[in-house]
Amino acid sequence: MTDTSAASPRPVFCTKALTKTYGEGPAAVHALRGVDLDIPEGEFVVLLGPSGSGKSTLLNILGGLDRPSAGTAHFKDVELTGMSDAELTKYRRDHVGFVFQFYNLMPSLNARENVELVTEIAKTPMDAKEALALVGLDKRAHHFPSELSGGEQQRVAIARAVAKRPTVLFCDEPTGALDSATGRAVLKVLTDVNQQLGTTVMIVTHAANTAMLADRVIHFADGGIREVIRNREKLTAEQIDW
Amino acid sequence: MLSPLDRKLLRDLARIKGQAAAIGLVIALGVLMMVMMTGLVNTLDQTRLAYYDRYRLAQVFAPVTRAPEPVLARLAAIPGVAAVEGRVSGWALIDIGAHELPVRAQALSLPDLGRPRLNDIYLVGGRLPELGRADEIVLLDGFAKARGLALNDRLIATMNGTRRAFRITGFAQSPEFLYSTAPGEMVPDDARFAVFWMRHSALAAAYDMKGAFNQALIALGRGASSEGVMLAADQMLAPYGSAGSYGLEDLISNRFIMEEIKGLRSTSGVVPPIFLGVAAFLLYIVINRMVQAEREQIGLLKAFGYSGLEVSLHYLKLVLVIAVLGAVLGSLGGMWSGHALARVYQIYYKFPFLVFSVDPRSFVTGFAVSILTASAGSLFVLRGVFRLTPAVAMRPPAPPDYSRSFDLAARLKRWLDQPSRMVVRRLTRYPGRMIGAVIGIATGLALSVASLTLMAGFDETLDLSFNVMSRGELSVSFTGKQTDKALLELARLPGVEHVEPSRAVSTVFRNGTYSYRGAIEGRPEFPVLNRVIDTDEAPISMRREGVILSKPLADLLHLQPGDTLIAEIKEGRRPVLHLPVIGVAETLMGAPAFMEIGALSRVLNEPGQVTGAALTIDEAQLDGLIARLKAMPQIAGVTLKSDMREALVRIMNEGPGAVRFVMLAVAAIITFGIVYNSARIAFAERERDLASLRVMGFSRGEAAFVLLGELAVVTLAALPLGVGLGYGLTYLTVKGFSTDIYQIPVTYSPESFGLAMVAVLVAAALSGWLVKRELDRVDLVAALKTRD
Repeated sequence: MTDTSAASPRPVFCTKALTKTYGEGPAAVHALRGVDLDIPEGEFVVLLGPSGSGKSTLLNILGGLDRPSAGTAHFKDVELTGMSDAELTKYRRDHVGFVFQFYNLMPSLNARENVELVTEIAKTPMDAKEALALVGLDKRAHHFPSELSGGEQQRVAIARAVAKRPTVLFCDEPTGALDSATGRAVLKVLTDVNQQLGTTVMIVTHAANTAMLADRVIHFADGGIREVIRNREKLTAEQIDW
Repeated sequence: MLSPLDRKLLRDLARIKGQAAAIGLVIALGVLMMVMMTGLVNTLDQTRLAYYDRYRLAQVFAPVTRAPEPVLARLAAIPGVAAVEGRVSGWALIDIGAHELPVRAQALSLPDLGRPRLNDIYLVGGRLPELGRADEIVLLDGFAKARGLALNDRLIATMNGTRRAFRITGFAQSPEFLYSTAPGEMVPDDARFAVFWMRHSALAAAYDMKGAFNQALIALGRGASSEGVMLAADQMLAPYGSAGSYGLEDLISNRFIMEEIKGLRSTSGVVPPIFLGVAAFLLYIVINRMVQAEREQIGLLKAFGYSGLEVSLHYLKLVLVIAVLGAVLGSLGGMWSGHALARVYQIYYKFPFLVFSVDPRSFVTGFAVSILTASAGSLFVLRGVFRLTPAVAMRPPAPPDYSRSFDLAARLKRWLDQPSRMVVRRLTRYPGRMIGAVIGIATGLALSVASLTLMAGFDETLDLSFNVMSRGELSVSFTGKQTDKALLELARLPGVEHVEPSRAVSTVFRNGTYSYRGAIEGRPEFPVLNRVIDTDEAPISMRREGVILSKPLADLLHLQPGDTLIAEIKEGRRPVLHLPVIGVAETLMGAPAFMEIGALSRVLNEPGQVTGAALTIDEAQLDGLIARLKAMPQIAGVTLKSDMREALVRIMNEGPGAVRFVMLAVAAIITFGIVYNSARIAFAERERDLASLRVMGFSRGEAAFVLLGELAVVTLAALPLGVGLGYGLTYLTVKGFSTDIYQIPVTYSPESFGLAMVAVLVAAALSGWLVKRELDRVDLVAALKTRD
């Protein structure tokens, strides 16, 4: 496990010996085996690795959706691992945005209302229209999910995630269900968010080419970090091959 | 060898066993209710008939003053008569103890040798009296039990003015006395009326009936008309003081039990269909959901080359297996519980045996309804799935389309936040489902309202009967007719404050083809203790120029004020009177007609005669008064109002009256079942949405709002509808429960509505809490990553 990073801004996440085990005895699955990691604020981070290597588990713990079996995880100065359920909810509400492979939009709300769902409860949200403009969908604000393509739905999901101006944006396979052109458009939105808003973005993906966009690429294997690579020459979304 | 599809079917069944069991049970419950209720009613009716048949209950009863035994042979010769039995029947007063009111009793003769040809008795214990032992009696089992009497106990009775001591040699039940009611009283009470049987020669000696009889029992041949036989018998018996024969339908015990079975039948026509309807609704929703979940597999099967028909049949089979198993389970359970319930009723009605019989139609209906709803539900969904190409079917379904439904939420934009908007949109997107749930909950509410109102109605009956109408503490009946002198004697007794005379004349009422056997009751012009009231509960004064009918009698005879009633008096000179109807009164017990007592005496040409009196007394002197009343030979019976009230409460709470408790339980189950299932289904369908909300930072309560808000709207919408349905259902059930013995007023008690609504809200809150608990346990990550 090597951290080849040079002097970075202060970390937004810091984990120590983070371990996650599902089940007990011989049937136990070790999803994370003592991960030590710092994620600097404002970076675009890509987590790569085969299925079951632990990358999603890490994302879930950092996102406040799951708890580790052992070890600690800090968000800035706050220890996530000791938080109560209500505190985790508040943490997600105030600091975290999520984007999943299957969009998870509310079918009964149109694009704008889906975004407003978040802006209504966030502390310092951007305007819903502005968030949709950011993903290029301000013209389709009144369309329901059933009237939007997969890529458009995913962009609404991103708009919804960033509208609260989260500190971190977690994306689990955000392009997994999309074709290349649409996938590229979605990645473009994510890099824009990272650059324009300064949001830390962490993406879990199978698509190795996504790594070309990243400041930092973390390779996972068998529940641990195999290597962390700092990307000196980032490409833009338009430049990557699919 | 099973085909792969059938093997898949078995494995699928095993996989969804929890859900399948839930659906099967809902069906089973619906069928169970149906089979149980119809089975119970059938069994009671069949048992009644079999009991009558086995113990040879007569179809015609012909009372006379005294007729010589040879007349029986002439009666037997009347065309249509199959068998005749003459017996002696006499009134007696049983002395229970110094401080207790004497109990009225009917003494009946058994042939000196062997068993009676008609109206046989069922010996529960002991033996029949021996010939020549004039002090041996067989006592009605119900009375013995109510009074705690044992074999060989002594019983003191006054018969024909003479005090006698008897020894109890046996206990018997009789189809003639399933209900035992003292003459002139409406409410059956085991403890306050006795029947005992003696050998003919012994009883004849006591009542001066040697070689004679005073009651002829007649059994009819197959197809014979009872009207014709009664007419011929009355003519033949006229010289012997016939009081007019009457048929089995006018035998009080039979009338009561028929009325109760009728009430039960009407309940069984209302409750099980509601239950089955609710089961069908739940079934439809659950199966809908289940087939949706199979969408991917359906696509796969079609991709392999199975035809739409083959795949449809496969899923239809799956549903049918569940529906048929549920219906079979329900039928078996229904038979078992119907049988168990019938056993309870057997004790209540004092049947010596039970003829268990179920109505095959109830099975057919139960099966047909469950199978039809199950297959209709699945076919409806399958049709939608088959419109898709295999490729599309194998992909997760597109988000449900909310763009085309009527957008109420957009119109209410200013007032709604996004979660509320989600609630409103879902309700307007699936109006059918929402209406179904609303109707279901409303039905549950209506059932609760009806059963609660029924209970309030029972209380109202008691209150009106004993506080508004009958206000004396004691009622006295005389042996036969007495003159005004008897009233003066009563008034002179210490402790008696006020005496109000009454006169009852047994009468057959007629209007065209309608007829009813009852009594005209004579009352003073302004009754104080036995009041007659109108629909507003205001007392009605008697007027001399005509007769006032009770509401049930007016309905029965289709008469209204201004019409003429034909009254065939069945005693004395037996005149046939044409009386103008001058009013209709509300009554709660029986179906009497009222006349001013003086006017009644005049039309009968029997001035100054009374048959009973109502008394107000000084309760402190009750013991002394009882002793003095017992000593008066002209008094046939004395009834305390409090005893009668207790007896009425007992009848209302036991037996068929108890069905209203069952109804209340059913209402609660239905209400809870619908509310809970609606919540469960909404939860299953929105698990992912709710998980998304949680991930976005919505708290548990906020996420639950989206789910429970829908439940709340549905529940609240159901309340007014349920109240409306409740009014209708109350009317129906009250009519169904009202019998010849007592009528229940249709009172709309606000308390019943309030209580029923609270019950629905509690059911909703409990369901909400249960579902919220599940929501709290949802694995957020798993919910979001799985495809629907």
